[in-house]
Amino acid sequence: MTDISRRVTLRAIAICSTAAAALLAGPSGAQDDKVTIGYAVARTGPNATGAGITTIPNYELWVKTVNEAGGLAMPDGSRKMIEVVEYDNRSSNEDLVRAIERLASQDEVDLILPPWGTGSNLAVAPLFARFGYPQLAVTAVTDKAPEFVKRWDRSFWLLGGGHDYAKGLVDVLAAARDAGTINDKIAAVSVADGFGIDLINGARPAFEEAGFELVYDESYPLGTSDFAAILSEAQASGADSFVAFSYPPGSFGMTKTAQSMGYNPKVFYISVGGAFPIYPGIADGKAEGVMAIGGVDADSLAVQDYFARHTEIVGNPPDSWASAITYASLQILEQAVARVGLDHEALAAEISTGSFDTVVGEVKLEDNQLRDLWWVGQWQGGSFRAINPADRAGASEPMIPKPDW
Amino acid sequence: MFRRQEKTLVTILILGLVLGGTYALLALGLTLQYGISRIMNLAYGELTLAAAFVLVALFRATGLSPIAAIVMIAPAGYVVGWFLYAVMMRPLVARSGAGGRLEVDSILATFGLLFLIQGVLLVAFGSNFTSISYLDRGVSVFGVPVALNRLIAFAICVTAGGALVVALARTRWGLTLRAVAQTPGSAPLVGIDVNRVARQGFALGTALAATGGATIAMYQTFSANDGVIFTMKALVIVIMGGVGNVAGALAAGFALGLVETFVATAIDPGLTLAATFAIFLAVLLWRPQGLFGRG
Amino acid sequence: MKLILPVLALALLAAAPFALSDYGLGLLIGAVTYTTLASSWALFSGHTGYISLATVAFYGTGAYTVAVLNEALPYPLVLLAAALVGATMALVVGLSTLRLAGVYFVIFTFGLAELVRQLITWYEVNVTGTLGRYIFLDVTARGIYWQMLALGAVTIGLTALIHRSRLGLALRVIGDDEVVAAHSGIPLARTKLVAFVLSATILTLAGAIASPRWVYVEPAIVFNPTVSFLTVIMALLGGANRLWGPALGAVPLFLAFEWLSVKLPDTYPIFLGFLFIGVVFALPDGVLAGIERLRQRREGAG
Repeated sequence: MTDISRRVTLRAIAICSTAAAALLAGPSGAQDDKVTIGYAVARTGPNATGAGITTIPNYELWVKTVNEAGGLAMPDGSRKMIEVVEYDNRSSNEDLVRAIERLASQDEVDLILPPWGTGSNLAVAPLFARFGYPQLAVTAVTDKAPEFVKRWDRSFWLLGGGHDYAKGLVDVLAAARDAGTINDKIAAVSVADGFGIDLINGARPAFEEAGFELVYDESYPLGTSDFAAILSEAQASGADSFVAFSYPPGSFGMTKTAQSMGYNPKVFYISVGGAFPIYPGIADGKAEGVMAIGGVDADSLAVQDYFARHTEIVGNPPDSWASAITYASLQILEQAVARVGLDHEALAAEISTGSFDTVVGEVKLEDNQLRDLWWVGQWQGGSFRAINPADRAGASEPMIPKPDW
Repeated sequence: MFRRQEKTLVTILILGLVLGGTYALLALGLTLQYGISRIMNLAYGELTLAAAFVLVALFRATGLSPIAAIVMIAPAGYVVGWFLYAVMMRPLVARSGAGGRLEVDSILATFGLLFLIQGVLLVAFGSNFTSISYLDRGVSVFGVPVALNRLIAFAICVTAGGALVVALARTRWGLTLRAVAQTPGSAPLVGIDVNRVARQGFALGTALAATGGATIAMYQTFSANDGVIFTMKALVIVIMGGVGNVAGALAAGFALGLVETFVATAIDPGLTLAATFAIFLAVLLWRPQGLFGRG
Repeated sequence: MKLILPVLALALLAAAPFALSDYGLGLLIGAVTYTTLASSWALFSGHTGYISLATVAFYGTGAYTVAVLNEALPYPLVLLAAALVGATMALVVGLSTLRLAGVYFVIFTFGLAELVRQLITWYEVNVTGTLGRYIFLDVTARGIYWQMLALGAVTIGLTALIHRSRLGLALRVIGDDEVVAAHSGIPLARTKLVAFVLSATILTLAGAIASPRWVYVEPAIVFNPTVSFLTVIMALLGGANRLWGPALGAVPLFLAFEWLSVKLPDTYPIFLGFLFIGVVFALPDGVLAGIERLRQRREGAG
């Protein structure tokens, strides 16, 4: 090393250490009259779209609502204002993990809200467990929730698993088949990604058991933008039901392609994105009868009120699947804090055993999971209504066949 | 059974050609930019995306017909490209002299541009999916239903590509461009202002990128993070067609559309992207001058 | 004498976790990881001038190997397997691609990461029928840090050795002019291949070591192209053909990004863009060379 570059190196080390020390400066001010709540969500990168629709608006809506009411209620009846510490995880798990470490060990926030996405929630689960924070994972669809609960006893999984959604769909289709409305052939496509594969793996045996025949069954890669070939194969397969376990770009692309090629199956089912408020616009106002994952009890006053407030404050209506559950998860947290305070252990125990009054109704978790969910919804008269489980209060009647585009 | 196969074949051909047309349109600008201006523009997809967002914004705010908007967006793209070249690329070209330095510099600089435009799009339009519905009713082509907006994209591609091929081959302006593309070193000897021609080439390429992007906005849902996908698609086609070879890019675009449709229909939709990249890498290895290049 | 400073620094860094919070340790892991990535990238690209965007193809493969094997093999063997997979892949890729030059090489490596990701996805979906794997290893953040620190130290040590060896000389000549190199009897293909495989093996190992922090792995997560871009810009910022250049680019940039994710979460890509353009225009040979030039000019004037 030359003399000059050694001097430069030493100076650079000094600068970097100062910078690191600045980053490592203690919590910005943990006052007693405030509750600090931290989250690290994707503001940029591929996850930003999902987080921007489902996660971030609900966090902001909830914080605003609580603070306008005077703050978060404590067991002693006092109220503390919420102060938010927010980081961008750039859709990278490495950045996400570090951000959670920062929230827990540096900012020493009182509560941490989870990120968006199955992979992200799993990446942070060991950290939530190690630091003792309860983790109310909403946007994570996983069949392994029971295992995760054993592994991380303060984790809560609120959106069910792929098999649940697949079985719900099969129920709907089987009822229609038994009524003679549709034939016993199914054309299914799935996105080649953890989510799509979970659903199709759940659906295959369920379809078979219900006596359906999968006449077309293919997966397509994430990032596919042209669906003309896939849909024309599905159309030629003779199936009355088209089922897509898809992500928003695929759900939207398939809708547009099906419309333009005049593909009118009696059942048109898509997955994520179908319950988004922008979907009717993408379907050019012809969303009537389209089925998708999720759904809400559109007649419930609590849901209607939530939709109205979301629209007023965020600027657009929420999606009709995970948004309401996300908001409900925050209400669970809020009510648990009001009962037992901010101690993490007591909080986790209360969330696990208590029952809560939320926008999706009275909620009580079973084995740290929310099981009282809507599996299938359908666009009817301009709102996305839940149709399965059919025996749950608030379910609408499915409309099969779907009217032509 | 035989009729079914025949029908499938016609479907593959028509869907493949229509898809290929949109791909080729996407690649034309990039091949001009690299062929004539020697700039490997990795921000190409972001420029495309910016035009798509502008089209949607115009459509929503003023109800302007997308076809009319494309007529406005293309010249705007030319102006943007002109400035980009003058401000950003020209100093790099001047600095590099005759060495191979420009390639690396332009890649790094346009990488920067990629993030810059992406960031601006994120701030300006948010990260949501964006889409409009315009002319997406189906039209039957030999019994195969195809979306009207895709046919329009196909027509724009054939018109723009055809006009370019003819202009390059037949006009004096085309001759100058080809001279710069093939022998940038000796073009000045015959009185050609290489800098001006390179700037024109880059600006024209940006105009084509904008046209391609505006067309995509008519038929596809997109978000601010999709630019890299467009760049990648365009790059694959440009390399396959031979850089700077307009006719080659057209042919490669159609070929890629056909291959993807064929793989999706006859083999497995899960392999479409893998097939694309495999063909691309194979061409890079065995014929770096492109399938349709000379030499 | 010359070794004292680096060894002392290494000892200090190795002891640092005992004095730091979890977040401090997280920062160190990030900084050391990017230093390792940038240094091993520069091991091949620094002198030859071949800009590789395949960093994440190897880094991701390393992570994926751990995800596949972590329940079947003991941890050290998993790391060994990852290194072997990376080396084999680099050998195959290197043999077929190193005759590509300039922009073709850049684009090829860009496409390679995507191809690997697509193939793994297709294989998982169609053959194993699952996508998304879990890594439940009892490796703590400290363990990851020490392993990564060791790998980083090895990388920089190896770079120093290569700089002084015939291989380093050969790489420099190749970077200056391949024709000249061929005429002076340097075996072009073999030299480039050795450097490429070494660099790729380290990148793969880095991915393998970092992966237990993610718990859940699927192709879309591990093949995140940003890793490739960041590696390139960090190495170039510091000066890719110098021993400490990549480290000097990686650490400040990493800290700057960390700071930005708090202060300006929405505008991170814009900043990154300006940085890229700035490096190309203002510091084409990296910060170290820029500072030296400045000093020489000042001394010349005074």
